[in-house]
Amino acid sequence: MFRARHDTPPEDGVTVTIDGHDVTVPPDTSVAAAALLAGLDHVRTTPVSGTPRAPYCMMGICFDCLMEIDGVPNRQACLEIVRPGMTVRRQDGARSLGAAP
Amino acid sequence: MKTEWDVVVIGAGPAGLTAATEAAGLGLDTLVVDEQPAPGGQIYRSVEAVHTRRTKDAALLGPDYGHGLDLVRRFRDANIPYWPETGVWQVTEDGELGITRAGEAGLLKARRIIAAAGAQERPVPIPGWTLPGVMGAGGAQVLFKSAGMIPRGRTVIAGTGPLVLLVAGQLSDAGAEIAAVLDTVTQADYHMAAGHLFSALKASDYVLKGLAMMVKLRRRGIPVHAGVRAVSVTGSDRAAGVAYTDPKGTTHSLAADTVLLHDGVVPSTQLTRQLDCTHGWHHTQRYWYPVTDAWGTTSCETLAVAGDCAGITGAKAAEASGRLAALDTATRLGRLSAVNRERRAMALLAFQRRHTAVRPLLDQLYQPRLSLPAGTPDDTILCRCEEVTAGAIRAAVADGCLGPNQLKAFTRCGMGPCQGRMCGLSVAELIAAERRVPVMQVGYYRIRPPIKPVTLGALAAMAPTAPAPPDPLDT
Amino acid sequence: MAVSHDVIVIGAGLQGCSTAVHLARRGARVVVLDRVFPGRHASGVNAGGVRRLGRHPAEIPLSVASLEIWARLPELVGHDGGFRATGQVKIAESDAEMARLEQRAAMVRDMGFGHEEPIGRDELRRVVPTVAQHCVGGLISRADGFASPYHTTHAFHRKAVTLDVEMALDGPGATGIDRVGEHWQVASGPHRFTAPTLVNTAGAWGAGIAKRFFDEDVPLEIEAPMMMVTAPVPHFLDPVVGLAARKLSFKQMPNGTLVIGGGHRGTPDPDRQTTRLDFNKYGISAETVLAVFPHLAQVPVNRCWAGIEGVTPDDIPVISESAVHPGVFHAFGFCGHGFQLGPVVGRILSELILDGGTNLPIHPFRIDRFAIAPGSPVAPASAT
Repeated sequence: MFRARHDTPPEDGVTVTIDGHDVTVPPDTSVAAAALLAGLDHVRTTPVSGTPRAPYCMMGICFDCLMEIDGVPNRQACLEIVRPGMTVRRQDGARSLGAAP
Repeated sequence: MKTEWDVVVIGAGPAGLTAATEAAGLGLDTLVVDEQPAPGGQIYRSVEAVHTRRTKDAALLGPDYGHGLDLVRRFRDANIPYWPETGVWQVTEDGELGITRAGEAGLLKARRIIAAAGAQERPVPIPGWTLPGVMGAGGAQVLFKSAGMIPRGRTVIAGTGPLVLLVAGQLSDAGAEIAAVLDTVTQADYHMAAGHLFSALKASDYVLKGLAMMVKLRRRGIPVHAGVRAVSVTGSDRAAGVAYTDPKGTTHSLAADTVLLHDGVVPSTQLTRQLDCTHGWHHTQRYWYPVTDAWGTTSCETLAVAGDCAGITGAKAAEASGRLAALDTATRLGRLSAVNRERRAMALLAFQRRHTAVRPLLDQLYQPRLSLPAGTPDDTILCRCEEVTAGAIRAAVADGCLGPNQLKAFTRCGMGPCQGRMCGLSVAELIAAERRVPVMQVGYYRIRPPIKPVTLGALAAMAPTAPAPPDPLDT
Repeated sequence: MAVSHDVIVIGAGLQGCSTAVHLARRGARVVVLDRVFPGRHASGVNAGGVRRLGRHPAEIPLSVASLEIWARLPELVGHDGGFRATGQVKIAESDAEMARLEQRAAMVRDMGFGHEEPIGRDELRRVVPTVAQHCVGGLISRADGFASPYHTTHAFHRKAVTLDVEMALDGPGATGIDRVGEHWQVASGPHRFTAPTLVNTAGAWGAGIAKRFFDEDVPLEIEAPMMMVTAPVPHFLDPVVGLAARKLSFKQMPNGTLVIGGGHRGTPDPDRQTTRLDFNKYGISAETVLAVFPHLAQVPVNRCWAGIEGVTPDDIPVISESAVHPGVFHAFGFCGHGFQLGPVVGRILSELILDGGTNLPIHPFRIDRFAIAPGSPVAPASAT
């Protein structure tokens, strides 16, 4: 859906794992932006009907970019900045319990 | 964590930065909290990074964007306490703020709060707007500013407002394939707007910039279709194209990989709504704004608003309003005499007047027409979180629902995580249209804290750390 | 003086709408007045518990009778109000608490009611699989559950309208009440309503009406019970959960959200009809939830709110004919547990008005129980 104008060499960027794929992005990139760069077409499915959604506002308003970041669900991916080694997963439906007992 | 402050400024855009710089300069113990990782707000998003590490992008974003760097540098130089990546989830009339920072929740106390929460793009409930591949044009611009990203494949930009042409030009400069611009402005709008030209001449640079953007798109051969109506996004799992009706009533469709929508910007009122401040309705631009005095003080005296969250006046005017709110705050807190407040305000008010002179023209010309709630098809989603359609809302009104608050109970509309940010305006307008009453009579959602989600774990950590109470059964 | 109605009801919450429905079904001409719409306050924004479990002994017979109405609500009002009989369970976190719950069950049994049943460790885990290890057992009332407060109140409202009850809503409310001959005349702005009988179901504002218009004193504390709701999580819980010794009411709604209440109080402003929330107390509330369901720490809270409720010194409502004035009836001050009673309270008032009495034991709820003779010690009303 989006591409970077310039490639980021691994030594200049931050590498994160998104849905199992490693992607290197510039520092200060939001997780939502990184997910789009990683080629994710949607970042979650809705709890109500299970339809796919992608980031819409990119500024913390729409809550359509909710993802699971380092095991914590329901994070606004557009407000989270990538950190080395971060693991990000698409969020399906009402995925909020984390590690259930 | 220091919890008591003279002033807490919410937001680090142009209004927040100038408010904080002015307040700190007047000796007030000032804190800036902001949701973003770096100062600048949405308008000057990532301006430091762009100007240090991505100078090619800086050239594309131009001198208006570069101006933000001066504001940010002045703020940085003043060494004002600044907490980025900090969310505000509650404010109270006695100056308490609930915040989350690094996953932890806490409470702050301020003698005065200046909210510079900015604006958001007007949500545009048109068919297909929830599909992946659809984004706000401002959202796409954020991706460019913050990460140097541009849309892949054929991109169609639809809607109205200065940002439509600006984003089309910038993304095209950056190498994106802009397949078309669908402009909802009609010939009649241009005639109406001409009536405001004289006042706009006082701000002729705005008008010239608009013309220059238009010329640029023409030179690039990007088709701009004017006066379009009934825009919808087609596609099943993701956006595949756009359909629209031209002024003659003929329907067209375009293939598109990415669709960027923009119907102007509206004030972010979540904070002022949560505080139950008095709001007015802007009839031309169809948005709510908190009613204030000339200094930005809302109906709740503890809270002043500055910048676009007080009503859309743009980034330059925001600088003046931030400083005006800070001056008045200093007077209220005993740091500046009323006489000196007035004296310092003179130039700011003149500056503000110059930069708001163009507003009547812009408001008239760029009326939001992408989504007209009364004409929203029944199967179109208004509430993205709870997936409530226009038809469900019409049915609720037929069943006796009088306003947005009852609608929450009827349909769960507005009760999802965005708390009505994406549906509040259209819901109020749709109910008003169905009931044939003014929007003011229908009103808005009562906004409940936390206005940003706080986890149960973070809340629990806020529990007073008293020794465990004795077991009531043993006493 | 022309009589406009048989009964004037002041307060269009669940109690008022239920009263109107029960009266109108039997042919009475009723008008209901309110300053806001039905369900604006406690009736519409409470936590929705439909609970017999743990009731004050005086309320048990009423609560049991009310649940029978809940079970066939569609027959009465054409809608189930979202009622789900998922059960309610009160959890003991220690053996001492469990002993206390068992005593309680015995007391209820001795009164002739069998709905409160002690359960041990294993059965507790069968009904609440994710409960924390330290919980030893509980007290369950299996036919209890929860409902949607707004939909319930709205259903009674709609039914009242279809029974030709006049609704004077979203206006000035009752601005004046006068005795005119044998009748009561209620002024509501420019409008006048006249009837031989008047009902005060004004909730947290009920004591104000009783005092101002009828000079009857009820020492009602206005309180703001706080609640919160989370983002939806996968289904893990059926019954409504409370605790034996801590403030908690906890349920998972059909859409997956968790509704958390239990009695922590904010600050009400009854004149402005608003409330102020106390986030330190929400902290305690969240801590309590996590003590029993530790796996929920990462669940985001989406919205916090409080209702405005009237609480009496003995923690049970006023359901009573006026002690002073003929033809005046009161039902208010439900102390945060009136939602489940709503259906039966309307029936009781209709019986008091149309039949001159009811079979249910309502003596403990009389309005003059708070009157204190000069010099005598404060005497709480008897509980049975």
